[in-house]
Amino acid sequence: MSEFREFRSTYAATPAGRLGRYSLYALLLLFAAYYLAPLYVMLATSFKPPEEMRESSLFALPRLLQWDTWRMTWSEVCISVNCGGMKPYFANSLAVVLPAVVVSTLIGAINGYALTMWPFRGANLLFGLLLFSCFIPFQAIILPLAQLLGALGMGSSTGWGVMTAYIVYGLGFTTLFFRNYYVTLPRELVKAATIDGAGFFGVFWHILLPISAPIFVVTVIWQFTQIWNDFLFAATLTDGPGQTITVALNNLVKTSQATKRYDVDMAAAVITGLPTLVVYFLAGKYFVRGLTAGAVKG
Amino acid sequence: MAPTAAVTLVFVYGFIAWTVYMSFTGSRMMPVYELIGFDAYTRLWQMERWGVSIRNLLIFGGLFMVLNLALGLLLAVLLDQRIRFEGTLRAIFLYPMALSFIVTGTVWKWMLNPGLGLERSVHLLGWTGFKFDWIINPDYAIYTIVIAGVWQTSGLIMAMFLAALRGVDQDVVKAAYMDGASMPQIYWGIIIPSIRPAFFSAIVVLAHLAVKSFDLVIAMTNGGPGYATDLPSIFMYAMSFQRNNIAVGSATAVMMLCTVMAIVVPYLYSELRPGRRHE
Repeated sequence: MSEFREFRSTYAATPAGRLGRYSLYALLLLFAAYYLAPLYVMLATSFKPPEEMRESSLFALPRLLQWDTWRMTWSEVCISVNCGGMKPYFANSLAVVLPAVVVSTLIGAINGYALTMWPFRGANLLFGLLLFSCFIPFQAIILPLAQLLGALGMGSSTGWGVMTAYIVYGLGFTTLFFRNYYVTLPRELVKAATIDGAGFFGVFWHILLPISAPIFVVTVIWQFTQIWNDFLFAATLTDGPGQTITVALNNLVKTSQATKRYDVDMAAAVITGLPTLVVYFLAGKYFVRGLTAGAVKG
Repeated sequence: MAPTAAVTLVFVYGFIAWTVYMSFTGSRMMPVYELIGFDAYTRLWQMERWGVSIRNLLIFGGLFMVLNLALGLLLAVLLDQRIRFEGTLRAIFLYPMALSFIVTGTVWKWMLNPGLGLERSVHLLGWTGFKFDWIINPDYAIYTIVIAGVWQTSGLIMAMFLAALRGVDQDVVKAAYMDGASMPQIYWGIIIPSIRPAFFSAIVVLAHLAVKSFDLVIAMTNGGPGYATDLPSIFMYAMSFQRNNIAVGSATAVMMLCTVMAIVVPYLYSELRPGRRHE
């Protein structure tokens, strides 16, 4: 092993090796530029006045930072018939997403705890069914869901319908995350506490919760990103002033006006993407853990 | 757990049953509960637009999977060379996954806009004959979806491969090196074959993402020009919510569900089995 490592580092010091290292870094930087280009274009365009956009390249730096676009996009631009900017839709998203994240995460925690610490008949089958529900195309359930929510009066003009959908269809993943975390803990933890007289929720509250912080972070970040970014449920189950931000962005971009304001479109795209980007750059480690947990079970 | 079980049975499996049932009825705008057999499926397979969706899914899905695997593997191998700033580079390759497809679709649509985006930027560099109008060309628009889709997902595949590369048994690698194998030979002959399980996982993840793709197409082309970039997911949405044809919409949903099941069920089965042992 060490000789191999050594070979790699001594090789890196030779002229051929150094050339190899340089091209390696050049290649990686090229790829980094490719991945960053859309983010750059989005930001740069949002700061350019429309005239400048017509004159210069997509990749040119804005000459003056035009903040007016941002103010307009946030609070004035018309999205179909509503001219209050992106702000109300941002608020809609927050109002729907935050409770949905909290509720689905808490239920997932209790489910994961029950599945691992209080084994019952059919637990594996139930877990399998829940797990499969993470992968179904939502097209297979969206029609009856829309029908049911409509019949219950939780239709498109209130946020309750879409919030319910986010909670229910998030349970598969949240349960999976907590179950995989708790399954690594010794069951004796629970046995000892039950002998001392603690009940189902007593054990959860006093023993499991205090050591669950990392998995809570992963689950909350995963749920927040998934729900904030959702489009299918939001497009089907909300409308008009009740729409969430991804739907508003799509409508804004599709709205045909005499003059298309790409700077406004791009500012709106940044506003829509900002919350999940911030979460990603602050807690990327946990985001990645969620992504890989979503891909690899165990 | 009991409430979750009940909710899942109703909202997932009950709803799936409802959708399957609807696909055997003649429902149009409102659900009708009289069974009439395979009529909706027959009509579905006779529609030219459905044929386009299937063809597009094959093109998009195939290229999406192959390019993601290739790019993800390349990036993972490059990052595996003890790179400085590895963490930063990894974060850059992966950040698209944090964004909504609607956001990234909006940006790609703008960049691929002929006359304003990429095409114009190349003209301004002096190459005025350059033409890149795929996004408005019915024959090529589906490939622009592939470009944006691969940009979005390849970081995830890189992360999966990188984790697998780090788990490769270094003794075997060392032994091969002692036998005089070169680095490319070691990667090609030993390391990459030994991360086969990661390929399997990546293929399953990519295949099911491809079948479910919806938002990206909506944001970039809205299925157009015409219905040139339709995918089954878009087709289903159009039939169910715009064309008021619940029966055909449901039949489409059932086809999608079967496709995903064919991919995911064997995978979940094989992933869960070893886990059962220590329960």
